[in-house]
Amino acid sequence: MKQFFSFFKKEVYHITRDKLTLSIMLSLPMVLLLVLGYAISTDIKNVPFVVLDQAKSTLSLQLVEKLSQNKYFELAGYLHSSSEIESHFQKGDTKLALVIPSSFNSDMLLSEAAIQVIVDASNPNEASTIANYAQLMIQQYMQTQARGQAPLAPIRTEVKMLYNPQMESTYNMVPGIIGLLMILICALMTSVSVVREKEMGTMEILLSSPLRPTTIIIAKALPYLIVGLIDNVLVIALAHFVLGVPIAGNLFLVFFLAFLFTFCALALGLLISTITDTQRSAMIASGAGLMLPTMLMSGIIFPISSMPDILQWISCINPARWFVAAIRDVMIRGVGLVEIWEELLILLGMTVFLIALSIRKFKNRL
Amino acid sequence: MKTLSFLLKKEFLQVFRNKLIGRLLVALPLFQLTVIPWAATFDQRNIPLSIVDNDNSSYSRKLADKITSSGFFKLMDYTPSHEKALNTLENGKSRLILDIPADFEKNLVNGNSPKLMLSIDAVNGQEAGLGLSYISQIINMFGAEIVSSNEHAVLVDVSPSYRFNPEMDYHNYMVPGIIVLLVSIIGGMLSALNIVSEKEIGTIEQINVTPVSKVTFILGKLIPFWVIGIILLSFGMLVARIVYGIAPAGNILSIYAFGFLYLLAFTGLGLMISNFAQTQQQAMFVILFFLIIFILISGLFTPVSSMPDWAQKLTLFNPIRYYVEVMRLVYLKGSSFTDILPLIYKMLVFVTVLNTLAVWSYRKTNG
Repeated sequence: MKQFFSFFKKEVYHITRDKLTLSIMLSLPMVLLLVLGYAISTDIKNVPFVVLDQAKSTLSLQLVEKLSQNKYFELAGYLHSSSEIESHFQKGDTKLALVIPSSFNSDMLLSEAAIQVIVDASNPNEASTIANYAQLMIQQYMQTQARGQAPLAPIRTEVKMLYNPQMESTYNMVPGIIGLLMILICALMTSVSVVREKEMGTMEILLSSPLRPTTIIIAKALPYLIVGLIDNVLVIALAHFVLGVPIAGNLFLVFFLAFLFTFCALALGLLISTITDTQRSAMIASGAGLMLPTMLMSGIIFPISSMPDILQWISCINPARWFVAAIRDVMIRGVGLVEIWEELLILLGMTVFLIALSIRKFKNRL
Repeated sequence: MKTLSFLLKKEFLQVFRNKLIGRLLVALPLFQLTVIPWAATFDQRNIPLSIVDNDNSSYSRKLADKITSSGFFKLMDYTPSHEKALNTLENGKSRLILDIPADFEKNLVNGNSPKLMLSIDAVNGQEAGLGLSYISQIINMFGAEIVSSNEHAVLVDVSPSYRFNPEMDYHNYMVPGIIVLLVSIIGGMLSALNIVSEKEIGTIEQINVTPVSKVTFILGKLIPFWVIGIILLSFGMLVARIVYGIAPAGNILSIYAFGFLYLLAFTGLGLMISNFAQTQQQAMFVILFFLIIFILISGLFTPVSSMPDWAQKLTLFNPIRYYVEVMRLVYLKGSSFTDILPLIYKMLVFVTVLNTLAVWSYRKTNG
């Protein structure tokens, strides 16, 4: 025990002595969350569109005005010929082009009007959303124009948006971003810890001492756990008080989940640290190896249910996937321990496994 | 010139001496490029939904059938109990609940416009919006089929046509983008760690006492990583061609031309960070900071036009944003070199500024 504490104390000294790195470790997640939380949004807004109005009637002009007043679209210009459409798309300054035929007014009277909607589909998701919005809006406007009132539809649908009535994309994004930041930063923190000793040469001294690998690994993890905990508190507080993400569930549960995930990420870093030879490879393995898979395959930006089955299985390896699912459930849907026991168990299992593997892989000889 | 060639030889030897890095440089891009694009789609398939059928008539069952056979939805519950469906939703096992009222069939046939109730889990607003859009379309089509309207609703035909990506294939869009990300991540990290590792090991002192000029020194570090970047880029485009059958609609030389400049700029950024950092870990955190921000506000995953004004201005300083634009313009839209010329000019500015800073921030003396 005394061995453990003295080793733990040494590790703490290492961290506190390097004030610059410590301040980076504490401030980085907050700055990133602040910038990303405000900047990233999947909502469609201010989409630039151009119009080729061959009708030039009051009706067509009103339609265009209605669309441009809407927050989704922004009129970028009127075109004079259809050849201009292509060049605008090529230059990339517009994503949507409307072509209103010259026979528009007379078509409307015959209930046979058609408007051509051309969407830049190089970003398919954006394209289908833009097309949907455009369709919806044009049709709605035309209905009211033609009839003076909306006709009775065969089936009416009443919609209730749960948990997030304003459809704020931050509610979805921010917990995911927290997961991304925590796993990258924690893994990086510990991935150098063992390897640095190898590179600096202090590993020899360590190995010649009676300290057992278990003691070393756990004592190396613990100081970073404290740093990680402080990070968690700061980040969750920022998410709630500044970015406005609700904490509908039990606050204690939120922190417990975050704590477990932090431990898991630290354990991952430690494992990488024990199996690499240089700091550089350790950091590239954890940084480059984790960044894209976590960003893109953990349900942070792209929903897991949309992925092909094989990939859904592969995504299960990444602890971030479980954390993000659980933290969203607790923070925004307000569920309790009962609903997230699955994720908690998996995270716990992963942590234990990673720590055990690190201890196993820790070479007792140089 | 001779000194430069010696420095280059040394750098290349050092990079490849470490076998793990060599393997990582091949394995990481290969794995990530072949796996990730399949995951990167907002296309909603198998959205889990529960249907609460209080009517249990042939029409209500037909509607349920229509929804489940559409391919967009996966039926989790088909039950008369709203409680059960709500439970499934709260557990996160479903995203939507469709409540069919008791007199559905009767009202539908009599033209009394029955009211369906949709409860949607809107935590992911985008998913919710798309899900709503899909199911509304299905419901409306169902309604239109059943009821022959004498009331001729004025429907304007607004069927969209999709330019540049008629099959709406997400891969065409994501794969070139991911190539850029991989090149940036690996190039950025390698160059950021480089000078700092020399500082930590101590070999920087040995270089500092030689008459090697600052410019030669930085050039000596710039070129190897630039070469690695070009190789990665070509490798990535090759994989895109072989695995996904994606080839640029425009001129591949435009991509390389822009790529040359881009890599110079990014490597310069990494080297500059490396000059300021004292430990490898610090350098890593800083480059990570830049990479995360640059990648997420590059417009690859979320549209730039959806960002608040200050963020949009911020993206002007984001080199990744420009490269993603170029990839999209050349790969998908077949834009010509002249179309991307303004972006090339902007990249030239990045190259000059970042590399000047890299040279300036390199100090041969301590203190």
